[in-house]
Amino acid sequence: MFRALRYSLQAAIALLFVALIGYFSDSPPYIYHDARMALVKLSFSHASQRAVECRRRSAEELAQLAPNMRIAMDCPRQRVVARVELYLDEKLLFAGDMPPGGIAGDGAGSVYQRFVVLPGRYLVTARLRDSARSEGFDYENSKLVELRSRQNFVVDFRAETGGFQFF
Amino acid sequence: MTGTRTPRRWLDRLEGGFDLIFTPRHNPLNQLGALGWFFYWIVLVTGIYLYIFFDTGLRDAYESLERITHVQWFAGGVMRSLHRYASDALVLVMVVHVMREWVLGRFRGARWFAWVSGVPLLWFVYASGISGYWMVWDQLAQYIAIATTEWLDALPFFGEPIARNFLRDGTLSGRFFTLMVFIHIGVPLFLMFLMWVHIQRHMSPRVNPPRGLAVGILLVLVLLSLIKPALSQAPADLGVVPAVIGFDWFYLPAYPLLEKISGLSLWGILVFGSLFMLCFPWIGRIRRQPVAVVDLDNCNGCGRCVQDCPFSALTLEPRQDGLPFSHQVEVKSALCMSCGICAGACPTATPFRRSKALTPGIDMPHRPLQEILGQSVAATAVLTGEDRVLVYLCDAGPKLADVIADSGVAVVCLPCVAMLPPPFMDYLLSRDHVDGIFLAGCRQGDCHFRLGLEWTEQRIARERDPMLRRRVQRERIGHAWVGCAHDVQLQAQLADFRAGLPHRRGEPPAKGVAPESSEPVTEDAGHV
Repeated sequence: MFRALRYSLQAAIALLFVALIGYFSDSPPYIYHDARMALVKLSFSHASQRAVECRRRSAEELAQLAPNMRIAMDCPRQRVVARVELYLDEKLLFAGDMPPGGIAGDGAGSVYQRFVVLPGRYLVTARLRDSARSEGFDYENSKLVELRSRQNFVVDFRAETGGFQFF
Repeated sequence: MTGTRTPRRWLDRLEGGFDLIFTPRHNPLNQLGALGWFFYWIVLVTGIYLYIFFDTGLRDAYESLERITHVQWFAGGVMRSLHRYASDALVLVMVVHVMREWVLGRFRGARWFAWVSGVPLLWFVYASGISGYWMVWDQLAQYIAIATTEWLDALPFFGEPIARNFLRDGTLSGRFFTLMVFIHIGVPLFLMFLMWVHIQRHMSPRVNPPRGLAVGILLVLVLLSLIKPALSQAPADLGVVPAVIGFDWFYLPAYPLLEKISGLSLWGILVFGSLFMLCFPWIGRIRRQPVAVVDLDNCNGCGRCVQDCPFSALTLEPRQDGLPFSHQVEVKSALCMSCGICAGACPTATPFRRSKALTPGIDMPHRPLQEILGQSVAATAVLTGEDRVLVYLCDAGPKLADVIADSGVAVVCLPCVAMLPPPFMDYLLSRDHVDGIFLAGCRQGDCHFRLGLEWTEQRIARERDPMLRRRVQRERIGHAWVGCAHDVQLQAQLADFRAGLPHRRGEPPAKGVAPESSEPVTEDAGHV
């Protein structure tokens, strides 16, 4: 093969190689989120209340235990399955159970959900039932928000600061 | 031969074309593994440079990279671009390398080790690249951080979702970048260790591409870095959702799937896909040939076969049979590919010896040299004309069915042409069995058994033991390294070779030939 032709083909292949690398290193762009929409994220971790209340052991019960195990209070580790709900205005966005974590079911439960919503003014309401009660909720917070397109609106929860937080 | 036959022929044609354009030595398709190493070194060197100027901190990370890219564009900017583009090129050559080895069937037998050790390399290359993108802390990094942690949260290992770390800016600390630096340095270092393991069972592994190819590729990458420098996207802001993202499709092709299927399903696909790949060497029809066998009575432990074995399947061990030699050869059967290159390297594999049977120190049970010699003599006995040629054909090489009908050409097949000891050529030519010997094998630079062509050329050129004797006229030995898809090219080269053979019919045997003598094959060949 003529040298000039060989070099030309080498250059063409090299060009193709760098074009391939250069192009696919950042193109075509990926559309992860509709730029006209907002995002609501509901995410928190929380240890719900114990499934069975602690009780004081009787003297007979304590006597039956080994000396190093004689603790006055009997507190079963299992926690209840918490219930969480999220509303946008009156519309239910999410309702679900939060089973406790851990092998013994004594850890914190977690929720992580995201929702794509239209921008606009909403009353966001979040509710959590973390006790053994069968009706009603232990925590409920609301906030009127103006969601912008591409906004990442976060609904978090911290029991020590009074419940749900909105960011 | 294993491998997928039709794709193999297509690949052979494509690579044959690249041979013409680049020469076999500089053909990048013959150097994919070495190019992978080369790109790794570029990434490592440029990464060290970038690390000097990189700051870890929520805003510092992005700002420091902006300074590197724009203030010192001629150094840091080019280094950053090279870092990215060499990483992308590494993925590209790695994927092509895997597909090529699969098409060529180079994952069976003793090659299982390189295949199996290569599968985790895929994971580590991706982990290295993806962790690097986090450190820029731009919108792409924000997307990758959130998508990756959400994906990890699909696994039942984490108590609290780790994606919660990226809920909002207040939940993220500068320590995150310290962790990412640690991961982005630690994973590639472990990757290097795995790459070293990957080539452990190869004698003379190719880890450096030829200088011309390396310089050429480096230049085009620098050129690309200057024309299209790697840039950050808008800085990350956890309060704003990244919408349209410049995406590195070399490293992130699986991520868009997370919007279509669950994270757990994607883990399943990747993990089971990897496990399936790990099983490749043992799936389907497996024809394992018998491994090389050492005949200690004829082995003086010279070690030539050990030096020539491309798969490190032979070792020299202390002598145990009482013969007055320091070493003996032992075969590690699990590593032997049954190529026969060791038999071709054995100095005792000479047909000139007085003893009746040809008994080399090492031989292949399924294709003993005595049988090959017998076939060669029988095949040449019926040849007529003045350009009688015996073709030694590599099993992995081209097919020669059409030429066999020619009364002047005979064909003997070998597992690899390097199984042919040079004294065989000397014997057949000096005893006037043929006028020429033609070796036909794999494409140059791509021997199926890695080093067979190289060793054969060096033996004929008298650069490697066992050397071809000086009395043999070199023009009577020809070769065509054309691969499996170039039968026509082989026939043309064979015709040219026959046409160029020196005329000698009716002449006495070549000067200096003592046909009945027992002579050493090489100056220092160790006969037992």
